[in-house]
Amino acid sequence: MSIELKNVSKQFGEVTAVNNVTVAVNEGELMALLGPSGGGKTTVLRMIAGLEIPTTGDVLIRGQRVNDLSVQQRNIGFVFQNYALFKNMNVFKNIAFGLKIKKWKRADIRARVAELLELFGLEGLDKRYPHQLSGGQRQRVAIARALAPKPSVLLLDEPFGAVDAKIRQELREWLVTLHHELNVTTIFVTHDQEEAMEVSNRIVIFSRGNLEQIGTPREVYEQPANEFVARFIGVMNVLELEVRNGAAYLNELEFPSHGVPDGQRLRIGFRPYAVQISADLQAYRYRATLRHTFFLGVMLRVELELPSGLLIRARMTKEEYAFQGLAEGSDVSFQIRQYRVLSREGEMLSPEVAATFDMPLMPGEGI
Amino acid sequence: MGEEGTSQWRRGRSKSQRGTEESPFVKWALISVALIFVLIFLLVPLLNVFAQALSKGWRAYWNALVDPDTRAAIRLTLTVTAISVPLNLVFGVAAAWAVAKFQFRGKSLLVTLIDLPFSVSPVVAGLMFVVLFGLQGYFGKWLDARDIKIIFAVPGIVIATVFITFPFVARELIPVMQATGTEQEEAALTLGASGWQTFWRVTLPSVKWGLLYGIILCNARAMGEFGAVSVVSGHITGVTDTMPLRVEKLYQEYNATGAFAVASLLALLALLTLGLKTLLEWKQARDYERAQQTAPEPEKT
Repeated sequence: MSIELKNVSKQFGEVTAVNNVTVAVNEGELMALLGPSGGGKTTVLRMIAGLEIPTTGDVLIRGQRVNDLSVQQRNIGFVFQNYALFKNMNVFKNIAFGLKIKKWKRADIRARVAELLELFGLEGLDKRYPHQLSGGQRQRVAIARALAPKPSVLLLDEPFGAVDAKIRQELREWLVTLHHELNVTTIFVTHDQEEAMEVSNRIVIFSRGNLEQIGTPREVYEQPANEFVARFIGVMNVLELEVRNGAAYLNELEFPSHGVPDGQRLRIGFRPYAVQISADLQAYRYRATLRHTFFLGVMLRVELELPSGLLIRARMTKEEYAFQGLAEGSDVSFQIRQYRVLSREGEMLSPEVAATFDMPLMPGEGI
Repeated sequence: MGEEGTSQWRRGRSKSQRGTEESPFVKWALISVALIFVLIFLLVPLLNVFAQALSKGWRAYWNALVDPDTRAAIRLTLTVTAISVPLNLVFGVAAAWAVAKFQFRGKSLLVTLIDLPFSVSPVVAGLMFVVLFGLQGYFGKWLDARDIKIIFAVPGIVIATVFITFPFVARELIPVMQATGTEQEEAALTLGASGWQTFWRVTLPSVKWGLLYGIILCNARAMGEFGAVSVVSGHITGVTDTMPLRVEKLYQEYNATGAFAVASLLALLALLTLGLKTLLEWKQARDYERAQQTAPEPEKT
């Protein structure tokens, strides 16, 4: 166990920024702290670094409680959102800063900096000053600077937020490669769920200071623990159903009641890929009109409008779309193959209870 | 001819004008007024100081400057400045640091207090210290019993000067420190630097132009302060006369040349300060520009 947080909370006056968070990070893992702004993820990162002290709870690094250990003593590398490069020093001096503080020999410093410059593709830039570098170069210098003293943990606070989208993609891939090579335990904060899904081994999802779920990208996508996670990761159609005569309804859509009594409500969610569409109006149970298609490269996102006016987001490949002879405005039939129960009468279900259900086949359906 | 000529004239006019500019006449009229004002009220009197100082020739000028009492005044001014400026440097940096980096109760009170010397009349400031440290003052008996002289002695002059020049460094540094933010310092901490190391290697270099600017202003004011020093010094010739006080005394003794000679030194100081100030402002602006710059992404091979 490389890093552990046990029941950690942080209050800023009246405001609870972090509420009773328990996480264990494995040695060598690449973990993402994900969530909307203000969720508490940066505060958690800073508590691991020692830049904030928890109000309650313990922070442990390699089994040792570090709450009382100063920032300098924790041997962590931190990369800030806006790089925080020392603007009065050139690239060499920036990267060498931590080594100089630790009183390394001059020759050793030069060797280590040269090694990092090569590894990070920054050769020839050692004499330049931060203002003479591009955004991507600055970020790499910031990471090189953090890694120079060989810390046991690398912490990054929204490292790619200030960079152009194209560069962000390249830096993301580069970070994964770097992590592979160096194998340093790495934790990074992001509000971009695509980034978290692409890059990390595990994701920790925060919302308003609460830990919503910890899991691999696949787990949080396919088995979201609650409605917040379900809506935050990927696209999710969420329906609020009312139970009547032992089944749950929303206009023309019908679902099993899952034990909810008549008169109460039930929320379910399903992913776009779970919707099956056919141009043959007899193929499936429900009718809709294909309103919009959005071109996403490989797939098409398709928006269906039901007679009641309800909009459902679905997905299909270009080939399937062409094969079915579909166009905007076509009438289609559809059904929902798989769905998840998110909550009953407002109460959130624990992960073990909420599960993915396959829609029971109606009489006559054979596909 | 008429139509052609008119359209040509219009074209010529629109070439030299942007949409939001006043007509050239208004522009030049305003510039002229400003220049004339500067000339009459600032430049001519300044030149006159030098003219008057040299009116009896270089020899008389030199003799006025090497007069023993004048030399004592110059020495005293330099001494007082050499003590006040470093003191205010330390106070100013500490105050700016506290205000820019921390949140604490009484912060706005501190900021107001920092500005106090600017709003108080220098004479009132001097009187304040007389009331505190003078023989009839609050601490008067206590000091007299220990044979410590503050008022009508050098310590009083130093205290008064420190008070008057206190805001310069702090006021210059606070906005610069606030603009730089704390991320660079936090970065230094994560790399293992102690508070002191962070201060020396990261904080100070990032505010160096603002700091120098504050020191220059502080220095100029320390050397030129009249009102407060006049009240606390007692005007004892050769002992508690600073350069500005010496100028006054010489003038009152109808020694105009002497007075202008010493005044010319102060005027030279003013010009030097102005030159350095301009240089530092330029350096600060260039630093700021650079902070906003980003180089373009390099081509990928």
